Amino acid sequence: MSIDLDMKEIHDIFFEESEEGIDVMESGLLGLEPGNADPELINTIFRAAHSIKGGAATFGFTAISEFTHGVETLLDQLRSNQRAVSEDLIEVLLGAVDCVRGMLAALKDDAELDLNSVTECQEKINALLGSTSVSATPESAAESNEIVALGSGVKVWDIEFRPDANIFKTGNEPVRIFRELESLGKLHVVAELSGDTEFDSVDPESCYCGWFLELEADVDAGAIEAAFEWVKEQCELKIHCRNLQADVTADTGAVESANTVAQLEPPKSESNVAKPAAAPAAASRDSGSIRVNIDKIDALLNLVGELVITQSMLARFGEDGGERGAKSGLRDGLMVLERHTRELQESAMQIRMLPISSSFSRFKRLVRDISSKLGKKVELVLSGEDTELDKTVLEKMSDPLVHLVRNSLDHGIEMPEQRLAAGKPEVGTLKLSAYHEGGSIVIEVEDDGAGLNAKRIHQIAIERGVVSETEQLSEEQIHHLIFQPGFSTAEAVSDLSGRGVGMDVVRRNIADLGGRIDIHSEQGKGSCLKIRLPLTLAILDGQLVRVGDDVYIFSLRSIVETVLVPPNQIKRLAGGSVVYRLREDYIPVVRLRERFNLNCSAPRKTYLESDGELMVVVESDGKRLGLFVDELLDQQQVVIKSLEENYMPVTGLAGATILGDGNVAMIIDVPGLVRDAGDAKANDSNAA
Amino acid sequence: MTSEYSNSPDDQLSAGDANQYLTFVLNGEEYGVEILRVQGIQGWDTVTPIPNSPDFVLGVMNLRGAIVPIIDLRKRFNMEAIPHGPTTVIIVVKVESADKPRTIGMVVDGVSEVYRLDDANIQALPEVGAGGVSSDYVKGLSTVDEKMLILLNIDKLFSGNELNHDAPAHMAKTA
Repeated sequence: MSIDLDMKEIHDIFFEESEEGIDVMESGLLGLEPGNADPELINTIFRAAHSIKGGAATFGFTAISEFTHGVETLLDQLRSNQRAVSEDLIEVLLGAVDCVRGMLAALKDDAELDLNSVTECQEKINALLGSTSVSATPESAAESNEIVALGSGVKVWDIEFRPDANIFKTGNEPVRIFRELESLGKLHVVAELSGDTEFDSVDPESCYCGWFLELEADVDAGAIEAAFEWVKEQCELKIHCRNLQADVTADTGAVESANTVAQLEPPKSESNVAKPAAAPAAASRDSGSIRVNIDKIDALLNLVGELVITQSMLARFGEDGGERGAKSGLRDGLMVLERHTRELQESAMQIRMLPISSSFSRFKRLVRDISSKLGKKVELVLSGEDTELDKTVLEKMSDPLVHLVRNSLDHGIEMPEQRLAAGKPEVGTLKLSAYHEGGSIVIEVEDDGAGLNAKRIHQIAIERGVVSETEQLSEEQIHHLIFQPGFSTAEAVSDLSGRGVGMDVVRRNIADLGGRIDIHSEQGKGSCLKIRLPLTLAILDGQLVRVGDDVYIFSLRSIVETVLVPPNQIKRLAGGSVVYRLREDYIPVVRLRERFNLNCSAPRKTYLESDGELMVVVESDGKRLGLFVDELLDQQQVVIKSLEENYMPVTGLAGATILGDGNVAMIIDVPGLVRDAGDAKANDSNAA
Repeated sequence: MTSEYSNSPDDQLSAGDANQYLTFVLNGEEYGVEILRVQGIQGWDTVTPIPNSPDFVLGVMNLRGAIVPIIDLRKRFNMEAIPHGPTTVIIVVKVESADKPRTIGMVVDGVSEVYRLDDANIQALPEVGAGGVSSDYVKGLSTVDEKMLILLNIDKLFSGNELNHDAPAHMAKTA
């Protein structure tokens, strides 16, 4: 039945929007502080809750709409300052958000719902509201549809349709339903006005009508019901077939108390005629849609616009044929077309790139929940949230990251008393950061907790036979033992972590993405887990520079400053290394021309009167390096392309990209160069 | 600017195509590669040099969005370098090396013909080197109209190791 399909699509949209609404509510609630009721924030949360409620009511997901109603009431009281923001309230509301999320998920997957948690949460909300029955049970409830079993031949159906007064407010239009019915067969409609209405008191937005419909059609009750699908929670509907002797009455069980799971399941009739509209299909897929920054879409549309202009320009030259000037015009046009096409391709790729903030922001909630559960005090610090990652990579990284964060909270950061005893601040810090480095994207999870206990890890590894007793391992090697399957040092297995099925899975997931994970830990000071992911599709904010005859690209992020250096400021040390005194520090200096063995025809570009040179100071891992270049050119976003794909990795280069003119430019691997410089003269200079 | 002669390996291939060879001229000799490996023929264009690469790797080029290394075959085979003339072209080939397929462009003096050669017409290389090319990289020799064709084994010629900096050690022993 086509209507089923349509409903499914619409339901999907509802789910998607509601999930977004839930996220908005959650992040809003996390931003609320006790005693500080930011009206804008509360309004945002309220609006999200309201939309979910409205949507759920429209689609007849009564459980959700009723449940959200309580939440909405609470929020409304917050909004009108009848209630103060308290820690308890936020907790309850966050719980409610989880409930609604669970309900949505259950509906979507057609699965059973954890009834207890919903009831529990409802009770908490009710307790806060000071009433035990917050519109949990709508009065004029159960519409009992009389449904007739399947038959054949033209049947005459009597349909009694009495909508609730507020039916128009949910955007439903009875005339459309009637039209739908008309498409099934011959329809006769009689309207009936409810008697007790004074004209003066009529609310123009309410419905005071009921209808009697007579339908002659060879259809079953399900088809008729389907027409009322949108409104069936908001009306009294009786469907009766005249042709049949006895009516088979089936309770569709559509409206019951908000606390039961019944209405989460699609209504079922005994004769199975009424088909559930929300079919279970396609439930467990990855979210198939993507949220794109409007700027990216605008850029794409701009390009498409330019493409159309170029096309018409080319068409004109095509018509002019052999006329003078047409040839060069055509050539120019083609060049423009080539550029636009390439830019269009890159813009389209950009759309797949999402800032990692969408993944990071989830951790605010996670950290809050887990730390309060464990009685620890933790501050979450995020950085590099606008680093862009391919959507697929982002989705696949989500679980491993959750795992690492949980581990840090559970095993890493100590209880407040222990922290104080160890001379650390009471509040632990968990730092999540993301950045580009050396042709990779790095995500770090860093805590200032207890760090890894190398001795204990080694001991357990020996006990479990992972390593032999005689084997000598460096501290770093021991740290890496935690990535072995089945390894866990947790004293007690908690429900958070410690079952030893963690780190090896994390490592495998990351390896599947072509990345790797490293750990640096110092006992008593904390641990840092560093995930490196390749950036086959990554976009880089680049600074274009000229070195010799060629254009090279620095990541804008890595550049600290650029300075003009007079020649006498460069000091040559024994062993050939070169340093420059940048204010207080000596930093190593590399001439890219020499480093890359460039055999270039262009002379070195000098500045100032006396042979001064242009130096770009870059930083990686806290170490700085000066690089001589000839000229600074534009800044632009570039798509990083791999050199390995058709050639091989090149030291000093993170990849290549294609510039606007179609030429290839190399991207400089700043961290690699900094590391090399550090290795070569670790003792001579160190800016860190 | 870009003349294209495209015959991708994905195309439906008849049995005959498998035995067709595209030949090109290099230092007066005629060389052949299997036509199914040829992705296209490209006019000379700007090449961006790769730092610290062997001298026969001229650099990389943008080929419809892919970064493709360009190899100068004359330099690769230690032949005398000549300036690029009007017939100089880049033949873009697909190379199957151990780890992954790669696309590589090779600069040659000019393209010549397409020949259909039966396996029977291809002989193994005698012990001596042929032209300036080590026998490792030669699949065999063939004769068409009294002309000798040197059929190259590009998989070996452009394998990952050969592109490495030490590669010239394997190079031609003759000259």
